[in-house]
Amino acid sequence: MSEQVKTAFELKGVSFKNRVFVASGTFGYGDECLDLIDPSTIGGIVTKSLSRKRREGNPPDRIVETAGGMLNSIGLANIGVEAFVREKLPRVKTLGTGVVANIAASSIDEYCEVLEMLEREEGVDAFEINVSCPNVREGGLSFGMSCPLTEELTRALRPRTRKPLIIKLTPNVSHISEFARAVEGAGADAVSVINTLIGLAIDVETRKPKLSTVTGGLSGPAIKPVALAKVYEVSRAVSIPVFGIGGISDARDAIEFLLAGASAVQIGTANFVDPSTATRVAAGIESYCSRHGIVDVSDLIGAMDASQRVSVVDTWL
Amino acid sequence: MIQETCQVTGTELVTEETFVVSFESKRIAETIQPGQFVNVRSWFGSDPLLRRPFSVYTVDRDRFVSILFNVVGKGTRILGGLRKGDLIDVIGPLGTPFNLNLNGMKTAVLVGGGLGVAPLPVLTSRLKEKNVRVHTYLGARSKSQLIPSFLENLSVATDDGSSGFHGTVVDLLERELPELDQTPVALFGCGPNPMLRGLSALASKKGIACQISLEGPMGCGFGICQGCPVRLSTGAEEYVLMCREGPVFDSTLIEV
Repeated sequence: MSEQVKTAFELKGVSFKNRVFVASGTFGYGDECLDLIDPSTIGGIVTKSLSRKRREGNPPDRIVETAGGMLNSIGLANIGVEAFVREKLPRVKTLGTGVVANIAASSIDEYCEVLEMLEREEGVDAFEINVSCPNVREGGLSFGMSCPLTEELTRALRPRTRKPLIIKLTPNVSHISEFARAVEGAGADAVSVINTLIGLAIDVETRKPKLSTVTGGLSGPAIKPVALAKVYEVSRAVSIPVFGIGGISDARDAIEFLLAGASAVQIGTANFVDPSTATRVAAGIESYCSRHGIVDVSDLIGAMDASQRVSVVDTWL
Repeated sequence: MIQETCQVTGTELVTEETFVVSFESKRIAETIQPGQFVNVRSWFGSDPLLRRPFSVYTVDRDRFVSILFNVVGKGTRILGGLRKGDLIDVIGPLGTPFNLNLNGMKTAVLVGGGLGVAPLPVLTSRLKEKNVRVHTYLGARSKSQLIPSFLENLSVATDDGSSGFHGTVVDLLERELPELDQTPVALFGCGPNPMLRGLSALASKKGIACQISLEGPMGCGFGICQGCPVRLSTGAEEYVLMCREGPVFDSTLIEV
């Protein structure tokens, strides 16, 4: 049965076991959860955003639970690229899963420098670029909110790597598909859709924001319908693969993303609640395919049938 | 660290507002160290979304573990409604425990404020196994909120004077400390941040070793979300994680 389902996924010549990844910032550097999950069951680990130097991150409070989700303002806390290469990569590359290094920086030069440092390293299979970082040159506006800057950044990174280059897009823009088209034109191999949505929560007794940075990034099941719509929009605008991200908790959620046009998915916030979510999602997609006579998971990509509405009468209660 | 679905073995209301929920987990009962915590969830779906972290309150016969909490939000409301036989998903043991191997410690002074009593029973029994004399100081708003079980040589302070010393538990301790301080002594505290600040200040004034266990918002409970920073007292803006480097810290190393 399930042995016959083809789950593998290839990106620019790099092969991943399946189409289920864990999202950046939601799985550490891959070595924190080894007591609880076997990473070789999933397609890959996207690392916590790596910057040139260690970053301490924001003061407390950094997270707050909201209805069906959470807001975070971690502030890109990370050990820095050199410590990652020295202390984490030797272990992570032996886990039998793909390693996607996520990079954060405050200037294009810094992005390039971090990428070049990792390009030499065996065991880094691909790069994902976090463009939702404040750009020092532009007074703190994030790269990802400017289409020309996002394109310029992609163009600067492209010639510096032979590995797959994935740009993680922010949904906090008017037309995300314009950004997707721009990075595709600049040589990106894939896009990740979406990063968190900007949100706010206020304590009414004290009238203070619940996060130290006032606003933060909303993630979790609450954002899934928004993420699905963005994946649908982007996947119709570009021909490069889309990693679907946003509120996936189980295999059915993941299959929705594939049907909307994602070529692969990333599990984020759900890892905090249950670190084995991605393992369950990967197995669940496979059994769904067996059950539906689908021989290759790729047959689900963009396979939503929009020709007629399905009545939900018997399931909505 | 393990993840396990456990059966609830009992729910008890120990004050007007404080629940003790017990569950069966041989593996956690056998491996938990004092000051460590579990991160639990007994509901499906996404509201509430995150697990809820609790110190382990008691360990019984190497099989049963309990947690202690007040109903203050969505998660604790559901947990307070658990009945014998219900299931609870548990990740643990988590965090860095109290260090019991202090050089020359003969007497341990345990200080709990409010629900900060939670880690003290397990701590008490492990200290006694090491032949350390234990004195306990417990503070609460009033008599009805005191949870005095499983503790040794107990002294009590209440904000309203309805039981024991009228005032804060740290003030009470400061009065009595000279008598305790005849032998090498160490402080172990858990409670609200203002209490821990007072305790840390007292410890540094007297030059006594002091470990404090913090409470605060947490996401995953084991370091992947980076959501629970605690500022180090280095003067620079440096953080460690409450869930991983803590929840127990040497009081001189962090800012509460």
